[in-house]
Amino acid sequence: MQSKEADRPASPLAKTPTGIPGLDEVLLGGLPAGRPTLICGAAGSGKTLLGMTFLVNGATQFGEPGVLVSFEETSQDLADNVASLGFDVPALIAAKKLTIDHIRIDRSEIEETGEYDLEGLFVRLGYAVDQIGAKRVVLDTLEALFSSLGNEDILRAELRRLFAWLKQRGLTAIITGERGDGTLTRYGLEEYVADCVILLDNRVEDQVTTRRLRIVKYRGSAHGTNEYPFLMDDQGITVVPLSSAGLDHRISHDVISTGVPGLDAMLGPGGIYRGSSVLISGVSGAGKTILGASFAAASCERGERCMFFSFEESVDQLVRTVGSAGIKLRPYIETGLLRVETKRPSSFGFEMHLALMQRELDRYRPSAVVIDPVTSFRGPDSEVHAFLLRMLDMLKTRGITTIFTSLTSSNDRVAQGDFGLSSLMDTWTSLLDIESNGERNRGLYVLKSRGMSHSNQIREYLVTDKGVKLVEAYLGVAGVLTGSARLSKEAEDKVEAQRQRDEIAHRRREIASRRAVAERQIAELHAEIAAQETEAARLAAQDERRETVLEADRAAMGASRGVHTNGEAKPHMPSEKLRDMRARAPRGPRATTQGTR
Amino acid sequence: MDDRYNLRLYVAGQTPKSLAAIANLKMLCNTHLAGRYTVEIIDLVDKPELAIMDQILALPTLIRRLPQPLKRIIGDLSKTERVLRGLDINARSAF
Repeated sequence: MQSKEADRPASPLAKTPTGIPGLDEVLLGGLPAGRPTLICGAAGSGKTLLGMTFLVNGATQFGEPGVLVSFEETSQDLADNVASLGFDVPALIAAKKLTIDHIRIDRSEIEETGEYDLEGLFVRLGYAVDQIGAKRVVLDTLEALFSSLGNEDILRAELRRLFAWLKQRGLTAIITGERGDGTLTRYGLEEYVADCVILLDNRVEDQVTTRRLRIVKYRGSAHGTNEYPFLMDDQGITVVPLSSAGLDHRISHDVISTGVPGLDAMLGPGGIYRGSSVLISGVSGAGKTILGASFAAASCERGERCMFFSFEESVDQLVRTVGSAGIKLRPYIETGLLRVETKRPSSFGFEMHLALMQRELDRYRPSAVVIDPVTSFRGPDSEVHAFLLRMLDMLKTRGITTIFTSLTSSNDRVAQGDFGLSSLMDTWTSLLDIESNGERNRGLYVLKSRGMSHSNQIREYLVTDKGVKLVEAYLGVAGVLTGSARLSKEAEDKVEAQRQRDEIAHRRREIASRRAVAERQIAELHAEIAAQETEAARLAAQDERRETVLEADRAAMGASRGVHTNGEAKPHMPSEKLRDMRARAPRGPRATTQGTR
Repeated sequence: MDDRYNLRLYVAGQTPKSLAAIANLKMLCNTHLAGRYTVEIIDLVDKPELAIMDQILALPTLIRRLPQPLKRIIGDLSKTERVLRGLDINARSAF
């Protein structure tokens, strides 16, 4: 009998979930169970659809059959209206999960002839409820009674009785009411429904419509108090409690690639932290979209889902644009890893953009997102800033790694159009034009990257047909050399290196030939010395022979004079001279030649 | 044939209003439609589905099924003038 109860201590009140994304969150669980809730709003603000969704969700998701009492539209019209949302009303009716009772009142048919009451309504409602065991009731819209029945006193008494009856039957009811002038409802229905009042609003600002929802009151329960944007489209109703985002997102130490190896290398850990935000700012044509697409492709390559919010290019154009840089997005789109959402920034208000984005994020659950570019949102700075801040919070609380591209009007990095976004970002990479020597080249540098070291270099990058390539930086007199200046410097360096190599080789050859000369000379000298030594030996031998002869002569002479030879004989001078000569022989007249050795 | 009246009175339970309506209707028919009417009294407590089929909201409701076109009046039928006007009965005395 009772609906699902939100058993939270702060809210002991039993609640009935609506099943409408976001609305239950704002209501902290749902509508008050077993009590009536008033939903008021102007014509076309979505009251009937909200009521219908409440019933269909009840029947399909929560096992609670429901009754719709319609005072305006026929059962057929209602079924047709919601068929496009995938609600199969006839099937639900056939399955006894839903009953639609259209109460038609034609004032001209009715003549009041005395006392009456609205017991007929009670009979019908009671009958419908009993037939299918309904837990949910929607009355859309009771105010039609006021214009049909003349006696307002009776009507008011009966309405009071009706709400008491609904409560007593434990039915969770939605009563819709037309917005009045200065009052919530035209006929003051809010007097009767004291438990929960929800106001739907449909405002047009700058020709852009934004639907908003506010919980005016919720007796016995806390609730979100802001105005929340909500969407009403082919996906039904989605309420987006945007302001619930805060600074309590978890962080990751996981590092992922930016999709550009050279850029990864400039960042300390070799990439960006998962769940962080990256701003890529640059002038028009700097290659922001291509860098964003590189990141998207890298995510898909890892098998992670990625959403690309393109605010300037259509899907086909985007695919073509980045395809020219060798980034093939089409296969990822086809496999469903990549979703490209294209919306003109001016199509909706900021709230609607956020709401749409949030819904898509929660539905698709990507791990990476590219916003290209954030600067396409125009409006008062403070509003745009708040908008982007909330977008950032939304992405961060979901742990989504996000690349924001931002168009700057000049190389001035604190250029307008930034909306203070850069200070909110974890990593900021700036792309700039380097104009010199009559050409424009592209430079990239990392301004900041929270929680990691990063290169302080300005690196030139090229958009090639194989993606973005960073090239070595050359520092010239006037700063970084880029483009043809870099190329000529590179060529110069090559020539210089070649010259160096040639020089060394030349030196080696020179030394080798000198060594050859020297060795030849050494060999010659050796030969000469050997020759001299031979000569000296020959002389020494001659000398010895002569000595022997002289000795023999002296002996012969002595013998002839009768004297013994004992070596002390007087006439010895000539032999001493000879011994001298023998000792000096090697030094002889060639001493100078010897010195050079 | 044309002036035969087929009337159907919807009530819910034996409430004072129901009883008053039934009494008023009987008196009115006897006075103005003697011999040329049929009356059917339906208690929706017994047949609630008829409330939906016949589009009943206020009770009591009296429906003139014949002669065509269909006419409906609500209330306990205490204001005879209005009943006669609502049922398109000429307020002539029977002779």
